[in-house]
Amino acid sequence: MSVPERLPLSLIINGIEMKLSVAPWTTLLDLLRDHLDLTGTKKGCDHGQCGACTVLVDGRRINSCLTLAVMQDGARVTTVEGLAIDGVLHALQQAFIDHDAFQCGYCTPGQLCSAAGLIAEGKATSADDIRELMSGNICRCGAYPNIMQAIQLVMAQP
Amino acid sequence: MINFQYTRASNIADAVRLISADPAAKFIAGGTNLIDLMKEDVERPSRLIDISRLPLKSIEETGENGLRIGALVPNSDLAYHPLVARRYPILASAILAGASAQLRNMASTGGNLLQRTRCAYFYDTATPCNKREAGSGCSAITGLNRMHAILGTSETCIATHPSDMCVALAALGARVQVAGPTGERTIEFPDLHCLPGDTPQRETTLAPNEIITAIVLPPRGFEANYTYLKVRDRLSYAFALVSVAAGLELEGDRIKEARLALGGVAHKPWRDPAAEAVLQGRAADRATFTRAADILLRDAKPFGHNAFKIDLARRAIVRALTQAANGTPQSQSNKKLA
Repeated sequence: MSVPERLPLSLIINGIEMKLSVAPWTTLLDLLRDHLDLTGTKKGCDHGQCGACTVLVDGRRINSCLTLAVMQDGARVTTVEGLAIDGVLHALQQAFIDHDAFQCGYCTPGQLCSAAGLIAEGKATSADDIRELMSGNICRCGAYPNIMQAIQLVMAQP
Repeated sequence: MINFQYTRASNIADAVRLISADPAAKFIAGGTNLIDLMKEDVERPSRLIDISRLPLKSIEETGENGLRIGALVPNSDLAYHPLVARRYPILASAILAGASAQLRNMASTGGNLLQRTRCAYFYDTATPCNKREAGSGCSAITGLNRMHAILGTSETCIATHPSDMCVALAALGARVQVAGPTGERTIEFPDLHCLPGDTPQRETTLAPNEIITAIVLPPRGFEANYTYLKVRDRLSYAFALVSVAAGLELEGDRIKEARLALGGVAHKPWRDPAAEAVLQGRAADRATFTRAADILLRDAKPFGHNAFKIDLARRAIVRALTQAANGTPQSQSNKKLA
């Protein structure tokens, strides 16, 4: 089979408009990490089971390993690198530091983006809700209690 | 993942034309299942036809007091839609019992219907699987089959259908609207998915060049007496060992109308008219519920590791019908049994 040409792609990544060209089989995750050097987003399982690759696309949290970059043409993508604004950490980032909400840190970018998505969705009203709606993000160090505290703290902020 | 061509469909007719032109092409919408299978080389399409931008994203009331759900409505939007949450809470609950928030944000309604089994042998291209490669044999029948089916199995396949959403749609009596080269047609939900029989590679009655455009829900939503009870190895983000969607309409303590569908036990969402018939007109009590469970499971057949599922299903049916009758549906957040 002949190899298809690269396809043009336009994305706004962390507020910066980018004109790109990618092969159709490039996932959004691989585009971010391998083509754009945005290695904050992590590749854990690469099968949508661990949540380490979670990013926000048009404000919604998704697994970037399970979508093709070309399918997101025109979208606004926010990665962990885009959470801080002008050097000021996002409230979730500060809360994760304050509550020691990680050990090895590999799942943390996904946890942060997922928590940002969770708060934007506005569906969690209890600790049980937060736990259930964060269940797509696995932390093999088991920092869950502190992750919970950090998220609850930010949700309680005005 | 093998190399493939990528095309974006501009409208429904264009999508049908594109898929008709290339038998090795596949539609892609949310991609959560297909891309995963492509990474495992289980799916090797020559071309992906991106249908994700087609105008099939609305949820509208039908003239007959039902609800029409566009095939591209994301699972999360469907679960949280005010009309679904109020009139069809069994559907909202089933959706929220499945996958993760990220996956539900991506996965489409139509794609959820068409997701493939999570049988480990189907995923492992180094092992025989009749579903993946017809005639190669079934590794699960004599293999590790703890997750596998107990109802409607065949000598060629004991895989289960993985969807939670479909179990609720089966209980509600949904209809599936599809478009093809010769126009549109409607499929009753029990007629959409197939039992494995001799052709486990054939999972639905859709023609290869048809596209799902919508799901239509009938007026009856069982919003007062329902539950979706999912039993799994961990409390969240896992496929069902057994799940039960139960909907009752009560008149005093008598059951006027009953719906009962099971997930995790068969190649398709399992609904049994004989089990529902013994609920109809009877007292909503444990004896009635147990009789329905016994009838639904009368032909259940274990394969070794999954023998526990028969008793688990019996208990889950009784528990789910009790939850529905009491008006105490299972919460999908607080994991304490209702």
